[in-house]
Amino acid sequence: MRALKLLALLPFAALLGGCDFVVLAPAGDIAAQQRDLVVISTVLMLIIVLPVMALTIFFAWRYRQSNTQAPYEPDWDHSTQLELVIWSAPLLIIICLGALTWMGTHLLDPYRSLGRIAADKPIESKDAPLNVEVVALDWKWLFIYPDYGVAAVNELAAPVDRPIRFRITASSVMNSFYIPALAGQIYAMPGMETKLHAVANKPGTFRGFSANYSGAGFSGMHFDFKSLSNADFDKWVATAKASANMLGRTDYLQLERPSQNDPVRLYRSVDRDLYKAILNMCVEPGKMCMSEMMAIDAKGGLGREGLNNTLPLTYDKYARRGAPLGASPTFVAGICSMDEIKDAPSHDVLAPLDLTPLRGVGLKRPPFSPAHPSSTSLLLGQRPKSDS
Amino acid sequence: MNPDLIKMIFGRLNLEALPIHEPILVGTFAVVATGGLALFAIVTYFRLWSYLWREWFTTVDHKRIGIMYMILGIVMLLRGFADALMMRLQQAIAFNGADGYLPAHHYDQIFTAHGVIMIFFVAMPLVTGLMNYVVPLQIGARDVSFPFLNNFSFWMTVGGAVLVMMSLFVGEFARTGWLAYPPLSNIGYSPDVGVDYYIWGLQVAGVGTTLSGINLVCTIVKLRAPGMTMMKMPVFTWTSLCTNVLIVASFPVLTAVLALLSLDRYVGTNFFTNDFGGNPMMYVNLIWIWGHPEVYILVLPAFGIFSEVTATFSGKRLFGYTSMVYATVVITILSYLVWLHHFFTMGSGASVNSFFGITTMIISIPTGAKMFNWLFTMYRGRIRFELPMMWTVAFMLTFVIGGMTGVLLAVPPADFVLHNSLFLIAHFHNVIIGGVLFGLFAGINYWFPKAFGFRLDPFWGKLSFWFWVSGFYFAFMPLYVLGLMGVTRRLRVFDDPSLQIWFVIAAFGAFLILLGIGAMLVQFAVSILRREQLKDTTGDPWNARTLEWATSSPPPDYNFAFTPVVYDNDAWWDMKRRGYKRPLTGFKPIHMPSNTGTGIILAGFATVMGFALIWYIWWLAAVSFVALLAVAIGHTFNYHRDFHIPADAVVRTEDARTRVLAAGAQT
Repeated sequence: MRALKLLALLPFAALLGGCDFVVLAPAGDIAAQQRDLVVISTVLMLIIVLPVMALTIFFAWRYRQSNTQAPYEPDWDHSTQLELVIWSAPLLIIICLGALTWMGTHLLDPYRSLGRIAADKPIESKDAPLNVEVVALDWKWLFIYPDYGVAAVNELAAPVDRPIRFRITASSVMNSFYIPALAGQIYAMPGMETKLHAVANKPGTFRGFSANYSGAGFSGMHFDFKSLSNADFDKWVATAKASANMLGRTDYLQLERPSQNDPVRLYRSVDRDLYKAILNMCVEPGKMCMSEMMAIDAKGGLGREGLNNTLPLTYDKYARRGAPLGASPTFVAGICSMDEIKDAPSHDVLAPLDLTPLRGVGLKRPPFSPAHPSSTSLLLGQRPKSDS
Repeated sequence: MNPDLIKMIFGRLNLEALPIHEPILVGTFAVVATGGLALFAIVTYFRLWSYLWREWFTTVDHKRIGIMYMILGIVMLLRGFADALMMRLQQAIAFNGADGYLPAHHYDQIFTAHGVIMIFFVAMPLVTGLMNYVVPLQIGARDVSFPFLNNFSFWMTVGGAVLVMMSLFVGEFARTGWLAYPPLSNIGYSPDVGVDYYIWGLQVAGVGTTLSGINLVCTIVKLRAPGMTMMKMPVFTWTSLCTNVLIVASFPVLTAVLALLSLDRYVGTNFFTNDFGGNPMMYVNLIWIWGHPEVYILVLPAFGIFSEVTATFSGKRLFGYTSMVYATVVITILSYLVWLHHFFTMGSGASVNSFFGITTMIISIPTGAKMFNWLFTMYRGRIRFELPMMWTVAFMLTFVIGGMTGVLLAVPPADFVLHNSLFLIAHFHNVIIGGVLFGLFAGINYWFPKAFGFRLDPFWGKLSFWFWVSGFYFAFMPLYVLGLMGVTRRLRVFDDPSLQIWFVIAAFGAFLILLGIGAMLVQFAVSILRREQLKDTTGDPWNARTLEWATSSPPPDYNFAFTPVVYDNDAWWDMKRRGYKRPLTGFKPIHMPSNTGTGIILAGFATVMGFALIWYIWWLAAVSFVALLAVAIGHTFNYHRDFHIPADAVVRTEDARTRVLAAGAQT
């Protein structure tokens, strides 16, 4: 197999020696396995593509009109044997490729935790994965390290040979989180979380970027992925810790405003629930978190009173905006206060795992009233419709 | 004046919508306006307006409508290609801190417009035009099933094109990518008119496409000549049938998803918003449930063209007709089961991804079988390398590369590293240019003598061929390379200088394609000038095999004086072999549909309504909608819908043909 791989790369190598084929020569095990699949599939298909191309040229030349030596059978239009070959040759290739696809897709499922560090290096219990929470903003990347309490904008660092567990979301529009040297991409979407498991096997600085067009600043939406030795990574964390910046909710609301070509910024501390709030789209004070909303809905919902639990939207990242013929834009007001959300015991409550359709469980609709006098939604002022 | 009143009258349309501060657009406008004025002056000077209106704009003749579709497609190709050139130039120079010459606001519109125009207003009209022209002739019919609807469909397509073109000079176009994924395309992130132009351009044109799909399905199912059973239909008719079935089944999905998006944008619903239970992933699924069949809508007719061309120019029956038909039908069905491969990276589970990956690969089996069928049609043939055949061979060599990279992208883990990269761009241009466009060019060169009675000039045709083919390889092979270097699509500026050389090569390729397009336009002009030398009097210049070649070139209004009777799937070849003699007597009056201006008027109102909705001019939208209904209802009271071509007129036409044929036989 290795020889085959080299063979496939040979023409590239000869032609394009100076170029950085990061997809074909990545630095991470996952990307390397994905590369292997690219190469193997290509070779498998070349088995049929090359003969077809050769035959096309050969037939075109041999049966040209001026070649009267060649046989001419104007009525020959069927051959069962040939038809069998025609259909079964691609079929066989596709059976091989299909099997490969099934296995490869499951083994390299980005949601699956890693089974190995590298081809010759099994995973060990001491290799606890590094958690990184990734947020695609307009138009920059925010990386939060919950294990270290630090964060960075437009710079990602990770130790070599340590599995990384990315949890990915976005603040406004769709993006795609992609570090070609490390692993394949996955979309970053607002209000939703995607996951990616990967590991870097070589130290170095690699390019990461958004691979899904997201607006005016898209071209500048890239970052450096630094694959560091353990010691260097500790140093990097220490540098972050030494920086003056802190990332609280208000800082985040400032940060998420659209900006282009942002410089690298490190944060020495991060609000510990910030990622959860971003994911559930409730960083702004007084907004109900999606997880909360879904939990209420799963219990039967707020009923008709729920309709009134909205407040006029005053801030929508760019400006307050609504459809020309629709009602003015609103948001769902939080019922619990911020403190209550913060004190919620479970750290891992995110979007609900049970995605069965909403079930009304026959509970009585709760009357609408703020659960807590200091509810942030009340702090924002009058609620025009709540009494109706 | 009262600002409220102005707002009521003009909606959000104001003088700032005119891009007078953008020199590129002002220049373009000057050129377009000058050209338009010159055209207007010429038409007026030669007093052609009434002729154009009577004979072309209001025509219900499928042949003329087909030709008008082709003209629309070629005109829009110039616009779409201008966009491509601008992108290539921007990407070739925006290195080392240089910002290029296009700001993001303009560049992002250009790549969106390029995709939209090339798919909806170039490929679709060209494909529909060829089907419109050829299918009724191939099945021995007088016209399509619903001739008026055909005229209306065409003008709706034009209406959509007009809206998209208008966005160039009044307001702006979408800055979202050609499929306008929300949330980016929703009102929160794209509050300007761009996405509204996109929506209404496609909705207006979409009505036309859907209706023309219904029309052609009916035509093929109901109007075949006696004896032409399904398994005796020419392969182009088969692929057209499958394509139109795909259109009928998939375009309503596009209409629905765009309607939902417009509800989000206009009345504040939350189908695809981030909050209030909206879900942009629904849009991505729905649009690709239309989008993937769309790819096959485009490529199946091209496959049909290659089948006709290969058989004709190899002087041989098509190898494996039955398996060709089954392959087409299998592709038609499978094209509905693969849409998710456009977004493996959206986080579906491994089982879902592998299901869609494998169904995608399975499509390559019938496609491969088709490839082999063409190959074995050439085997033991006598191949004449006329232009249509040259395009076919270029297609066979090019398309297998695109097919291979396509299957590669269908392997989900491979897609994870190549998705949205320039590798993907190279792949789909490889199949759309190498498959669809080469097929259309083969078809244009093949059927042009049928439509106009003279051949296209081979010298300029060959020049265009070589520029196009080499230009394609120069323009897109570097993109494969760049994709493997991890360069993603839709970037405006780059900071890695080592990439520049590849973009320069790609820009050079685009320049070669420009020469190819230029040579093609010259080819048309030269052919018209040299039409006497290139004249074909036989009606069958290629010694072809299917029924359209049985009648004169150009065919008379009624196509066939007598409906032919079919005994073989190469009907005309079979007739020639059995010593078919044209009937010279016994002509009867022929029942024909009358021209009507209703189609263009309806489409005009629909376009005005689209414009009004884009600019929030509510009164105008209401007025044009009422007018639309009134004209449509009024048309139902039009009882002058048909007439008979008198028998002696038929006799005159046919006698003239007899004389021409006799003169041709003597020389």
